[in-house]
This record gives sequence, structure tokens and C-alpha cells, in this order.
Amino acid sequence: MTTLRKPRVLLAKPGLDGHDRGVKVVALALRDAGFEVIYTGLRQSPEAIVAVATQEAVDAIGLSILSGSHLPICERMRGLLAEAGIEDKLWIVGGNIPAADRPRLEQMGVARVFPTGTPFAEIVGYLKERLQ
Amino acid sequence: MSARKPRKLEARPVVLESGIEVKPVYTAQDVEHSATDLPLGEPGEFPFTRGIHKLMYRARPWTMRQYSGFGTAEDTNKRFHYLIERGQTGLNVAFDLPSQIGLDSDDPMAAGEVGRVGMAVDTLAVMETAFEGVDLDKITVSLTINGSATTMIAMYAAMARRRGYDLRALRGTAQNDILKEFVGRSTWIFPVEPSVRLVGDTIEYCAHNLPKYSPVSVCGYHIRESGASPVQEMAYAFLIAKAYTEHSLARGLDIDQFAGRLSFNFDIHGNIFEQVAKFRAGRRLWADIVKGYGARNPKSMWLRMIAGGGGGGLTIEQPENNIARGAYYALISALSGTQTMALCSYDEAYTIPSERAARISLRTMQILMHEMGLTDTVDPLGGSYYVETLTNQMEARIRAVMDEVDAQGGIVKAIGEGAIQAQVARQAYELEKGIYDGTIKKVGVNIFREDDGEEQDVSYHPFSEEDTRRQLAKLERIRRERDSARVESTLAAVAEAASKGENVMPATVEAVQAMATVGEITGVLKSVFGEYREPLTF
Repeated sequence: MTTLRKPRVLLAKPGLDGHDRGVKVVALALRDAGFEVIYTGLRQSPEAIVAVATQEAVDAIGLSILSGSHLPICERMRGLLAEAGIEDKLWIVGGNIPAADRPRLEQMGVARVFPTGTPFAEIVGYLKERLQ
Repeated sequence: MSARKPRKLEARPVVLESGIEVKPVYTAQDVEHSATDLPLGEPGEFPFTRGIHKLMYRARPWTMRQYSGFGTAEDTNKRFHYLIERGQTGLNVAFDLPSQIGLDSDDPMAAGEVGRVGMAVDTLAVMETAFEGVDLDKITVSLTINGSATTMIAMYAAMARRRGYDLRALRGTAQNDILKEFVGRSTWIFPVEPSVRLVGDTIEYCAHNLPKYSPVSVCGYHIRESGASPVQEMAYAFLIAKAYTEHSLARGLDIDQFAGRLSFNFDIHGNIFEQVAKFRAGRRLWADIVKGYGARNPKSMWLRMIAGGGGGGLTIEQPENNIARGAYYALISALSGTQTMALCSYDEAYTIPSERAARISLRTMQILMHEMGLTDTVDPLGGSYYVETLTNQMEARIRAVMDEVDAQGGIVKAIGEGAIQAQVARQAYELEKGIYDGTIKKVGVNIFREDDGEEQDVSYHPFSEEDTRRQLAKLERIRRERDSARVESTLAAVAEAASKGENVMPATVEAVQAMATVGEITGVLKSVFGEYREPLTF
């Protein structure tokens, strides 16, 4: 038996970072690969992102952060996801993330970090595998 | 033994990013067949294909202006002095994101972002610290500021005046190209229409009060970085520059009062000859456009530009390769007759450039200037069959893209609806697909990879929570010590000017001198203009 609903992914730009070329490329790639993509646009607060994730019952959340603010933002995300009772939701982070920060993000519950330069096919493949 | 059959040589097909098919050999006939209505002309003469000055670098070499700015004004001031002492001839100020979108450091939305990607500027006091000991007569300063540009230009002017400089002689540049922010870079604040009006306020204010200051640097750069081709980069930039021009003319300014102070910021990466042709074609096209508005002063027709090595060409893989890329970009910039040069540093895909990386970029440009003969002869590629043909072809293609956008209702409408954004996002996706499937080659990325040794030799710019605390304490002290009645009344004057359709600049200069903050001034403008809502089309 297969489910008819396409896997639904929320892509979000938290904080004030305006670099959205990467997140749009990933959005287009996921859409072409058969995902339903919800993109929040820029300057979203973690609160707003978690609210959309809950309302839209998304299967995964992808955050794109290139400003260097990933640690404080993800720390807040972790708390808010727990408050909303969806701390087990698959969430991934992409952007300018130094390798040294990756273990800390994983401790916060980030399933996988995709640093700048990751081919989008790798992100698509990962989500396909995890959401099937 | 079998007879050797002569092998048939076939040229592989080559198509430039701009869609132009490249032949293996060019002759005088190609130049002739591709000719447009505009002549090549001589350097320093209309239509300036070969350069805006007669002697170009022989008389005046390019300015070198690396982008820099750190969390605190004190650290920024130190880097400025470091670069000036090492021969940099211009400054380019990086602001943090809250300052760029008009939020104070203590705004809840600014949490975690203060001083992260540049200097946090809340008040005039911070600006004054950043420029301490920098002679504003000797070095030109470029403010990379857009959304909150009216406030930051007002601060710069107020600072210069307080230090005794004659505003009528003050040189410098503000980026202040808000239309491109809606396409790339994204530090927009207000809706599209009032945003254009604020750019108009700065153009008008500078034309009357700071006639040597360049209030706008129209940026093809960020549009290209978002996924546009070189032809689209020029076409969209010119359409945007035309929008500001027509807005300024509608206010009653004469074209020769401001066109000479419009400058441009373009991107360099990709095919060498395509880039050189892009700038040569752009120069004569812009000259023709401005002439069409009735300009009489040749200076109004100049395409004055900063053309810098673009981050879009650099790679996160094998970052040292970016030093070599940067050198080629600088070479292209010099061959193209730019006025100002800047390079993204090799570690810039990772972090704010280290002192060492910034110095390598500066030295790259200095080596080019002093060792390579690039300043000896004007437009050294002029007359090449290939480059002249490409120049003609680029001009025709830039014009065609401009006509197409105009036929669909113009650039302001196309940006407001998100049409340009959707187009460049799709192209960025196609480019990524090309890199992934290997049709577009990138050294270190999809060819000549080094798969072992993942960790790169890059040191990250440190971020200090302590700096944020100091910034907040400073802001709190200024709020406490300033004359709050004066702040209130000057802010009210900004609101009044904004709502009555008067120029907001004079009132903003008064407000910053009363130590009103960037957030307060922007807040007042938001209450009049509202805020932009991003169209999510892609």
C-alpha cells in the first residue's frame, strides 16, 4: 500500500539573513523530485516557523542559514519544537555551517547538516530515504 | 600497414552564459557584420566604449576598495587603518544585518545577529568612532547600505560636518540601490514604491547639498549573484538605473544635475572575454541611454563602476584556488577599464575575511597595477576581432532584454510581482544542475576534486557575545543621556516629511544629530510607508 500524499517539506529562512539563492534551488529541486514544498520567505522567527510546521503538518523542516547565526537560532528552535510537541520532527540545516559546529547542532536535534556546496541531489536523496 | 587517414578536426560547440555562440576564429568581417548603430569611438569620447577617460589608468589608476567592517566600531576602525596603511585607496563599509534593515541592536529580531556580518551602527556616535583618524578628504568611503540608506547617508554627512569638512566637496558612495535588493541581497524594508521614492530623496538631497557624493551605486552584481546571466546583469541594472533617473526627472531635477553621480557595481566571474565585452558594451549603451534623456554634459554619460571579483565564482572546495580565481577576476576588471576594484577574498565562502585573506586580495590588485603593465595602455583588447564582435553582440542582447521587460510593463512592476526573482532563481537551479551533471565545469568541485582531507585551512572570524553586550550598553547609555524632547521632535519632523511627500533627508540629518537611532527613524518611516511583503514566486 502506498500513501497518495506527497511528502511535505517546510523550507525556512530564520533570522535576518537574505541569502536565498540556495534555499530556492533546493525548493525547486525538491519540487521536481515530487515533494510538496512550503517556503516561508525571508526573516522568519523560529516561533513563526514552528507554527507553520505544526499547522501544515509537514514531514520535515529545512532551515537555511548563511549569516553565522545558526547556533542561537537552532537553540531556540529546539525549545520551540519541544513546546509544540514535535521535537521528533525531522529537521535539517543548510548553509554556511563550520564543521566544528556540526556536532553541537546534532546535539540540539538537527538530523543532518548540509554545508554550502552540497549538491542538491544529496539533500533530495536524503529526504527521500528518510521520508519513505 | 594501413594508410593513415587524416583525422577530421571538429570544433566543439561553445555557447557563452549570455547565449552567444562562439566561433573558433574571428575576422574583420565578424566585427563588421555584428556592428550596431553606436560607433566604437575613442577613449574619453562618446559613446565611451573604450573607456570614460582619454588616458584611463595612465593618468589615474583604479581605486582599490576591499569590503570590511566588524561587529564593533572600534574593531572596524582598526581594520580600516590596517588597510589604509597597506595602500588601500578606498573604504567599503560592511554593516551588520540589523543595521541594514533598520533595527536597533536591542530589537528582539536582532538577537544573535548584532555585529555578525559587519558593523552594528545604532547612532551617529558609533559612526564617529568607526571613522576616527580616517581623513575623509584623502580616502573615499563607500557605505554598503540600502534599506536604511537615508539614515546612514544622513549620519555620514552629519559626521563629516561635525568634523569640519565642506559637504560640497565631500566624496563617497552609498550603495543605496533598493530595487536590486528585492532581487538579491534582500535588505528591503518598505514596499517597492516608497522605497524608490526614498532613493529619489537621497539623489535630490545630494544634488543640492553634496554634489560630489554618489548617492546610488546601481548593482548588477547581486542580480548576477542570484543567478542572472551577464546580459541580464547589465540589462536589469540599466532598467533599475533608468527607474531612478525617471523618478528624479519627474521631481524636476535636470539630468545633468545627478546623472554624473550615479555609479554602478558589477560582478566578475565566468568567461574572460564575455565579461570584458559586457563592460565595453555596457559603457556605450549607458552613454546612449543618458544622452537620450537630454544630457549635455559628457560626464553624465559615463558608466563609472566598481567591478569586482564575484563571490559566485568562488568555491567552498579547495579555497586556496580562489586566490587564483581572484587574480583572474582582477585582470578582467583592469582589462575592462573599471574605476574601482574589489575582490572577494579566498575564505569568503566560509567567513568574514581574515586579515591575511584581505591582504592577499589587496596585494593581488597591487601586483596587477605595478608589475603587469595593465596601466600602460588604454583598452588593450580594443581592436581584437573577437572582443569587438562580442561587444557588439552583447550590446544587442542587453538592449533586447531591456526592451522585453519594458514591453511587459517595466522593471518596477516586474520586481514588485516577483517575475525577475523567479527567473533568476530558476536559472540558478539550472546552473546547479549543470555543475552536478558535469556540463558546467568547476575545478575542485566536479573536476580535479580532492576527496580526502575534508577540513579546510580557513580560520573563522570570531564572534563575541561580549561585543554585543558592549554594543547594547553603549546604546542604552546614549538613550539615557540624549535630550529626549529633541529626539521626539526631530522624529516627528521625519514622519511629517515622509507623509507629506517632502524630502526626508533634511529632517533625518537633524534626527541623527539628536542621537535618534536607526531603529527609531526606520520605525517612523515604517509607520508611514508600511512594510514590504515578499512575493513567494519561484
